[in-house]
Formats: sequence, structure tokens, C-alpha cells
Amino acid sequence: MNAILEMRGISKNFSGVRALRDVNLTIREGEIHAICGENGAGKSTLMKVLSGVYPHGSYDGKIIYQGEERRFSRIADSEHQGIIIIHQELALVPLLSIAENIFLGNETGRFGVIDWAEAHRRTRDLLATVGLHEPSSALITNLGIGKQQLVEIAKALAKKVKLLILDEPTASLNETDSDALLRLLLTFKEQGITSIIISHKLNEITRVADQITILRDGATVETIDCAREAISEDRIIRAMVGRDMTDRYPRRDVAIGAELFAVRNWRVEHPLHAGREVIKGVDLHVRAGEVVGIAGLMGAGRTEFAMSVFGRAYGRNVTGEVAMNGKTIDVSTIQKAIAAGLAYVTEDRKSLGLVLTEDIKNNVTLANLPGIARNGVIDSHRESQVARRFVDMLRIRTPGIHQKTVNLSGGNQQKVVLSKWLFAEPQVLILDEPTRGIDVGAKYEIYAIVNDLAAQGKGIIVISSEMAELLGICDRIYVMNEGRFVGEMPAAEASQEKIMATIMKQYGVVA
Amino acid sequence: MSNRTQPKSAAAAAHASFWASNLRDYGLLVSLLLIMGFFEVMTGGVLLDPVNVTNLILQNSYIVIMALGMLLVIVGGNIDLSVGSIVGFVGAVAASLMVYQKVPYPIVIPLALILGGLIGAGQGLFVAYGKIPSFIVTLAGMLIFRGLTGNMLLGQFVGPFAKGFQAISAGFILDFSDFGLFRAGDGQDQFFWTSMLIGIIGAAALIFTSTRRWQRDRARAMETEPFVLFAAKNAIFAVIILGFCYLLANNKGLPNVLITMGVLVLLYTFVTTRTTIGRRVYAMGGNRLAAQLSGVRTERLTFFTFVNMGVLAGLAGLIVAARLNSATPSAGNSFELDVIAACFIGGVSASGGVGKVIGVVIGAFFMGVMNNGMSILGIGIFWQQVVKGVVLLAAVSVDVYQRNKG
Repeated sequence: MNAILEMRGISKNFSGVRALRDVNLTIREGEIHAICGENGAGKSTLMKVLSGVYPHGSYDGKIIYQGEERRFSRIADSEHQGIIIIHQELALVPLLSIAENIFLGNETGRFGVIDWAEAHRRTRDLLATVGLHEPSSALITNLGIGKQQLVEIAKALAKKVKLLILDEPTASLNETDSDALLRLLLTFKEQGITSIIISHKLNEITRVADQITILRDGATVETIDCAREAISEDRIIRAMVGRDMTDRYPRRDVAIGAELFAVRNWRVEHPLHAGREVIKGVDLHVRAGEVVGIAGLMGAGRTEFAMSVFGRAYGRNVTGEVAMNGKTIDVSTIQKAIAAGLAYVTEDRKSLGLVLTEDIKNNVTLANLPGIARNGVIDSHRESQVARRFVDMLRIRTPGIHQKTVNLSGGNQQKVVLSKWLFAEPQVLILDEPTRGIDVGAKYEIYAIVNDLAAQGKGIIVISSEMAELLGICDRIYVMNEGRFVGEMPAAEASQEKIMATIMKQYGVVA
Repeated sequence: MSNRTQPKSAAAAAHASFWASNLRDYGLLVSLLLIMGFFEVMTGGVLLDPVNVTNLILQNSYIVIMALGMLLVIVGGNIDLSVGSIVGFVGAVAASLMVYQKVPYPIVIPLALILGGLIGAGQGLFVAYGKIPSFIVTLAGMLIFRGLTGNMLLGQFVGPFAKGFQAISAGFILDFSDFGLFRAGDGQDQFFWTSMLIGIIGAAALIFTSTRRWQRDRARAMETEPFVLFAAKNAIFAVIILGFCYLLANNKGLPNVLITMGVLVLLYTFVTTRTTIGRRVYAMGGNRLAAQLSGVRTERLTFFTFVNMGVLAGLAGLIVAARLNSATPSAGNSFELDVIAACFIGGVSASGGVGKVIGVVIGAFFMGVMNNGMSILGIGIFWQQVVKGVVLLAAVSVDVYQRNKG
């Protein structure tokens, strides 16, 4: 079989951080090629390089597609060549019909006048091909997520797809829909359409893939040919997570005290879809001085859980009990949660953590303005002292406390957010992806801060998609999947394989 | 060696960042002085004639007063298009009470302010708790209250008012000469010494307090502006205060409304820079979600900014009515545009979170000087609109360009 695509020696940096290192990928014509790896391994980045989201010149290496070197400078270039990518977050316009969505930007007709009859006729054909029985005039918003996925695929077919890339296509689908989708991929294979599928669901991959390429830390680990050897999920997991972990995490002396914080039978419904439970009865406890991790894949409900506990910042019909030091506390609003001693450091520091138009000083004191004010009047001298204390303590690299936070690097921004919550003097901190997108050195410093806080007897809850990070800094790890805690283990006994296997078990597979 | 250069370059960087963050304020002030100089020359000295300066203040005070409220509304991430109509409506209600119902003005004044506050509260409810875009709510308010004003007045001018009420706008502060002191001789123009004295005291107070603060900050090793800048800025402000008071003292003294405006400007400077509530409004406008997650009650705060705007619009309604000595169906027409333009020229960011009281005051006077100067020059009202539009666009473009660059 000929190679339809070869990516040779692809490297990509993001302001000094290496996202991809010399990645090689060969896709054979007409196969289904799976790409596996942990969150942050570089799968999506690689696909963005391929599709031209990151234009030629912003990465090193060569892309050879259908025998020619290609230099895509935008998505339209790669689409023109029949390379279509379907992202995890679907890119459909909810209030337009199926036909309108399928031909959006690719309208049938002449001189900008749309030939609707033709568009609907072709849409019907495409929907028949993907096995979706809906009128072409149905609005996207009225379709379930599985059907929307099929519309995306129909849209790809309308663009004369030769290489179809699916990023986590079944992540939000139920089993029946997933099955249908996978069968569709097999049908496409018979028709000669090549597919690349990125997925965490290893059971699905082993079912349909002809080859599997595994990425880790931005590099290719290996490519497995499924025709040559029998593939077990165990084998894939080992390849995905196997890495050495010396000294990436500061040491600490653990002194764990009595139970400090507990959440019991926590249930949350989706904010828009009443009745759809997102968090399905979670129990969690943290002891003083303990660092507890919550592991899970994207969409497991970790952030939703944390935000719903923090003053119901997420969801509706929240039920369950929260206790601090054995006493039930009221966390029904963010103000009450803060007053009760909770702090939540958000996953998305730019849009949820910082006021970027303001300087370091104003951001640090925002969650505890009464702490620097008397009768509502701010003592600017005290405020500056506070800001300077945190800049020194957390080693925030800045010319001064009046620096606007928008001008800081990711690591320093994260330290400002941490400062804000430290100044609020919480007893329990929930850190959601505390080191996402920051460099290794800054990560180490953040871990050291976490250790300090634990040593002061605070309870820390860390949510992270990097399992190695959880293993490195936590005392105990909860494994979350689809709104439930499906496992709990002391970090000393945990391993990435064990966590992965706990998650995978939920999909009916024994690793 | 490196130890020696380190603090110096850090200080230089701090200075540079100080320059960058304050450049706009200085630039705005310099632009105002330039445009005043330009019109002073073009009008052959009429612009800064004492009578005209008095007029300039009477014409712009209510714009400045409303711009203070609009600052908080826009910084908080909203807009209020209804203020012009509130001016008309509150003026009409107050006039009707005084003229038809014979209610004494000391009772009408607080009632009018409360009415303004209630209107703001009503609109604030829809915006803050109903989550309806402020543009739509206040556009509706603009139509509703303009219509109600027309219905109430039925095309009539309602007036005149008692002398005491007129004094809100048309009155001047008491002078020594009112008690027979420092009276000018026959044929000589009266010089109003109390007004000059207030100017001197004001300028001295400004220099004294800012110097003390500057020294204290420096002693505490806080970041301060370079001395040259500090001195120049204060000198310019002192000269402006003294100059204005001198000019006004040559006419009829300080108008009452200038005192009202001055007190409010000081109050809102304090609120925006020194209080927790001010800080929270800025945080909310800068990033609503982050502010919420930091425990800021954004709904309540948004509601408050609209109530505040309503009260100030009510006050402006009284001032306008007092100045015209009648309520008219068209009073306050299109004031919202002048107020909003003053904010944007003054450096308030349309996307919220950024803006200063001093900038807004300068922005309002910028518009006022252009209006006044062009009127004196006899430039037609339509061309005036064109020029103001161009200036607004240019000011905001420069602003956006600077921000993107920095």
C-alpha cells in the first residue's frame, strides 16, 4: 500500500516550550490510523500542523501528501487537498439547518446566489451515506450530539474528503452512537477514504485501527502495525505513559492531620439541560496537610465538580453536603464559599482567573478587598505591601507590582492567581490544572508552593490531566469518569497504568 | 558591577511602565490645552473672556456630572442611552410639581433625585438581574421617558421657577462684596474676591496634598512618578485652577453649579480610586467571570451603577431646568451622546474595565470647548457635528492603537 501522507521530523515550539519533537508519522492510503497519547502529548498539535492551523514556517519538518511536499498556510489549503479535520468541539452553527451547515463556506450555486434545491438534494444523498435519517432542513440545535457528529462527517464528505481526521469523535457519544460511527469509518475504508482517529477509548481503537501511532511528550514512541501483532490495551497504555520521572517534583515531608474538608453525595445537573446529571453522587474528603488528586479524562466532570462546590459556580439543582472541620458549611454562593475557607484556582487563568486589564496589585487583592480596606476605603500602602510580599514569596518575575497582568508569562500569571487565593487565606484550595501551559521550571515552583501550603496544614485538591503530575505531588488520588468517582488509591500504590485501567474498566474493558 | 546596574535598570523599567500607563492622561491634558489655545487665538480672545468662561462652565457642568455616572456604567461593562430622556423627564416632573402643585423647591429637589434613582433602579433591574443587554434596556428607557416627558408637558414650557431654585444653576457663590466689602468703585468692574480666594486655597490644597502623598509614597519605597512629571502636572493643574478662578472672579464669581460639580468630581475620584466598591466595578468590567469567581457580587454592583447614574441624571435634569428657567419637551435631547462621547474621548474603554474620572472630566471639557469655540466662530451646527464625530473617532483610534502597541 502506498503512503498517502508522510510527516517527517515535525517539531513545533510554543514560546520556548517544545510541543512536538521530531515527530514522524506515515499514513497508508485507505487505512484507519489511530493516534494515542496522554493529554498534552501533542496529538492535537500534530493535527493542527497537518491541517494548516499552524502555517508552514511556524514548525520544522516536512509534510508529504500524495507524493508532493505541501506547505499549507491556512486550513482552506489543506481542505482543498481533501484533508478534513473534525474537532472535538463541533463547529456547527446551531440555528442553521443541516443543509446550510453542510454547505457553509462551500455553497452550491453561482455568483453568490445559492441553489437551495441542489443543496438539499445533495444533503439528502450525503445524509443517506452517513446513515442519518433526518430532513435536510432540520436545525442543528434540535439534533443530539451523535447526530451532529454525523452531520460533521457529511460536511467533510461534501468537501470531497480523501483524508478524514477525527479528534476524539466518540468522547461525548453513547455506545450505540459510537458503534454506528465506527462502522461508518469501516465503510469509508472500503470506499478508499483514509481516516486518522484520535481517541482515548482504546477498546474502540483496537477494534478498527490498522496502525496505531503512540505519542508521548511531543515525540513518536512507536507505530504498531495491527496486522503483524495482536494488540492489547495494556500494551498501548504502557507505551503511552512509560517515562522516567526523576526530580520533576520537589520532595516534601508529609504530615497529614484530621479530616478537614468533606463533600458528600454531591449531585449536579447540567446548567442548560435540566435533568441531565453531570455529577452523579460524588463523595470526597481531604485531611489537613493532604494533597488529593482527581484524575480523569477530559469531560469526566472534574472541573464541573469543583466549580459546583465553589459557590455553585456551575450547574443547577446542586444537592449534597459540604463540611469543614466536621461542621456542615453553606457554600451556596461564591461569597459564602470564600468566607467558609474555600478557594478555587481556575483551569482557565486568562478568562476566569485574572482581570487582565488590571495590574498585579489589584489582582492579588481582589478576592479579599476587606483585608486591605477600612470601612470600604482601600489602604493603598497596605495593599502595595501585600502585593509586594506575594511577588517576593512566589517569585513572580515582574518589573513591579503595577505591571498589567496581561504582560506576564503564563507561569507568572498563574502565580498571581495563586497569590490572590493565598491572600484570601483559605483552608482548602482546589487547584484546577494548576500547571497547564507553563514551562517546566515554573511547574516545579508551583509544586513547591503546593507543598508549602500542605505543610501549613491546608487541604489541597488538585485536578490535573497530567497523570504524572498527580502521581508526583499527591498523597491520594481519586479517579473520576463520567461524573462519578470510579476509583481511589494512595499515590504510593498508584501508577499511570493503574489509573488508566480504572478509567478504561468503565468502558467494559479489562486491561 | 551587575549588582549596581540591576536596581537602576529596574527603576528605569518602572519609570517606563509609569510613562506608558500615564501617557494617555498627559496627552489628553495637553490636547485640551492645545485646543483651548487654538480657539483662543481663532476667536480673537473671546474663548477665555470671563463671561464666556462662565458660560462654558454653565453649559458643560451637567455633562460632566452625568459623565461621572456614565464612567461607572461603562467601566462596569454596560452603557446607558437613556440619560438625556431622564434629564427631560425629571425636569418636567420637578417643574410640574413646583409650578402646578406649588410644592416648595427644597422638597422637590430631593424628590427629583429619588425619582432619577428609581428610574435607574428600574433599568438596572432589567440589566443586572434580567440579563437583558443594557443597550436595549436603556434604548427602551430613552424612548419611554422622552415620550412621557412630551405627554406630561404637551408641548408647553413649564416655568418660571422661584429664585432659589434657579440658583442651582444660574446662581453664584456669595462674595465679600455682598456684605459691602471690597466693593468696586463706580464705573469699575467688580472683582469677586471670595472666588479668587477659593481658587488660591484650592490650588494650594492640591499642591499640598499631592506633595505630601508623593513624599510619603516615596518614603515607603512605593512606585512614584518621576519628580519632573509630578511637578509639571501639579503646576499645570494649579495654573488652570488659578486661571479659571481669576477669569470667573472678573465676571460674577464662581457659579454654584461649579461648586456642585467640583465636589462630585472629587467624590467620584475618591470612589473610583480608593474604595473597594470602585475597585470591584473596574474588576467586573475587566473580566466579569473572574470577578464573580473572586467573590464580587456582579449583579448587585451593576444594579448600583445604574441607580447611581439615575440619580446623577436626575440632578442634571434639575440643573438644566434651572438654567432654562423652565421645563421643555426637548430638554436633554441627545445629551446621552455628549456624555458618552466625553467618556470615550476621556479614555474610557468601550469594552469595560478602563477609565478615569480625570480623563472623563477633560473629555467633557474637550467637547465643551469645541462646541463653544466653533459656535463663536459661527461654524454651522451641522459642521460642528462632523468635527465632533471626527475628533471622537480620532481620539478613540489613537487610544486603541496605543493599547495594542503596548
